[in-house]
Amino acid sequence: MTTPTREELSRRAFLRKCAEQGSATFVFGGMVLTTAMLRLPQEGVPGEPPPKAGKKHPEVIYGFVVDTTKCIGCGSCVRACKAENNVPDGYNRTWVEQYTFYPNGEVVVNSPKGGEDGFSDDFPDSNQPGEIGQRPDRGFFVPKLCNHCIDTPCIQVCPVGASYRTEEGVVLVDAERCIGCGYCVQSCPFGSRYLHPVTKTADKCTWCYHRITKGLKPACVEYCPAKARIFGNVSDPNSEISHILATNRVQVLKSYLGTNPRTRYIGLDSEVI
Amino acid sequence: MHHYVTQGYVLPNQAHLYWTTMIALYPYITGIVAGAFIISSLYHVFDKEELKPVSRFSMLMALAFLLFATVPLLMHLGHPERAFSIMFTPNPTSATAVFGFIYSTYLCILSVEIWLVYRADIAYLSHNARSAPMRALYWVLALGVTEVSDAARRLDRRVMIFLAAIGIPAAVFLHGYVGFLFGAVKADPYWASPLMPVIFILSAIVSGIAMVIVCYTVVQWAKGRAVDMKCTQSLMEYAWYFLIIDVSIEALELVNHAYMANEDWRILRQLIMTRLWTSMFIFQVLLGSVIPLLLFGAVTVFKDRIAAGTRQAIGLIGGLLLLVQVAAMRWNVVIGGQMYSKSLRGFIDFHVDFGGQEGILAVLAVFSLPFLTLFAFSRVLPLWGSLATFPKQWLKDDAADIGAQDH
Repeated sequence: MTTPTREELSRRAFLRKCAEQGSATFVFGGMVLTTAMLRLPQEGVPGEPPPKAGKKHPEVIYGFVVDTTKCIGCGSCVRACKAENNVPDGYNRTWVEQYTFYPNGEVVVNSPKGGEDGFSDDFPDSNQPGEIGQRPDRGFFVPKLCNHCIDTPCIQVCPVGASYRTEEGVVLVDAERCIGCGYCVQSCPFGSRYLHPVTKTADKCTWCYHRITKGLKPACVEYCPAKARIFGNVSDPNSEISHILATNRVQVLKSYLGTNPRTRYIGLDSEVI
Repeated sequence: MHHYVTQGYVLPNQAHLYWTTMIALYPYITGIVAGAFIISSLYHVFDKEELKPVSRFSMLMALAFLLFATVPLLMHLGHPERAFSIMFTPNPTSATAVFGFIYSTYLCILSVEIWLVYRADIAYLSHNARSAPMRALYWVLALGVTEVSDAARRLDRRVMIFLAAIGIPAAVFLHGYVGFLFGAVKADPYWASPLMPVIFILSAIVSGIAMVIVCYTVVQWAKGRAVDMKCTQSLMEYAWYFLIIDVSIEALELVNHAYMANEDWRILRQLIMTRLWTSMFIFQVLLGSVIPLLLFGAVTVFKDRIAAGTRQAIGLIGGLLLLVQVAAMRWNVVIGGQMYSKSLRGFIDFHVDFGGQEGILAVLAVFSLPFLTLFAFSRVLPLWGSLATFPKQWLKDDAADIGAQDH
């Protein structure tokens, strides 16, 4: 191709050349990008997003499974959590909800004191405006705690980076850094966070980070008599939690919000939100 | 899902509200800033001559409110002593972290702009103020430059228009950003809406214009000075136009919620029809929107056929009602959005305390600060229009002719 002289390169010719060259570059670049994006991860951890290019999954990624079919609503987990983490009255790092279904279609949900003292033997109709006067069809308990979401809005919104994620996937709050604005509390779709009335900083379930980094289990898992709470390393294919995740159908809370919770549930009912 | 009648269940950590009156007051204050600034820009940049009587006042009003926009936030923070962390160690993904930067940028732009507007007056006063300390003060305010040539004035104006060109988007951004803070919270379906920033900006402009009308009318009446009817008429017309768009978009937002009828609509409908009924339908819609729409609509349509005195009264009443509307809107969004649980099955009651850090008294105290500041400004600078309104007794007996300085 010879270099055109000034006379030869009319405006029309110039524009045509630009379009030709530009589209060629665009197509080639698109092919390169598509190939790069289609590159599948070599090794994966179920439920975890693929690691960044050139990086591997950390050796330890913690996960939590709540088997709602096993929970008996004793409240041991809540008491253990409160004692272990010195959780202030009126707040909960973990709590248990009781769902009761009546034949007329009514659903009663309650969690007195977060289930700390367990639940009464009576059917939960005391908070009904009128008498239900029926025996419930069915019911179950659902323990809740921080979901330690992979794409969590609480870390996204924190103005000073006081909310952060450890390499093991645990979402924590740096109380030395937190300014106590409460934006993370608002942004958590699950009500897992609160502003601590004494420290005036955001507080939440840490999966007992101080215990798990010493090889212990979180207090709630330790004290659950029904094995409704399973905690472990999802990066290790031989761990109990990996086995459970591989052999069960699990759900997460409010999946439509796209926060990608690391706390997963077995036997979640559509009424649970 | 959730076709059933459900009973009140509130998630344990939501037994009380985390954001209360101070967080409702914060967008109210920044809203007035944005609205007042737009009014002053209409004169200074877009040459709307009829707004000259309030152009300087609205600019100083924007500054007076802006200076205290951070106070409610500081009152609310758990650790106000760490507030500057949002600028020193900001989290780039946080919308809140933007606040410090946009706030300080806008504060700088506004301050410089006010200085340029008042520079000639300040220079004049540095020579002609009655007492020596005041002359020294003006000398400092003039940054030592006390002579103003016509060429310098022309340059001032060019710089000012440039700053306003940045300032208008900055003012809109500062307040639209506040709407984004709420609109981007997907955890709260009552807030989560891309219309939120638009609603916040529009209601901001409405509240700012309303505040200018109210203050202008009250001050002129109190001082026994004539109200410039062209100015008031124009302000009411602008308020009306913005109010129409504001109310339409707010209604659209609500109708959209109702029409989409997502799983959250059941509880949102209950929230609006019970706990927010009075603050929304009585204060925000009826008193704050319908009546001002009719009042200002009448003024816009009939103009001179309504007596000047009546129109002044309409301006005052309508302005006050608009201020109520926007306050109610802030309440309904900020407080309302937290009055139901994320369980979508229960409500949280909220009662304002009288005393305390976020009580009524504290709100009134914070809200009075901008007015006190405006009063302080009025002791130093001619708030209304020009030096001609400046108290003569503050000038030297042999002061140079004001008329020569007036522009």
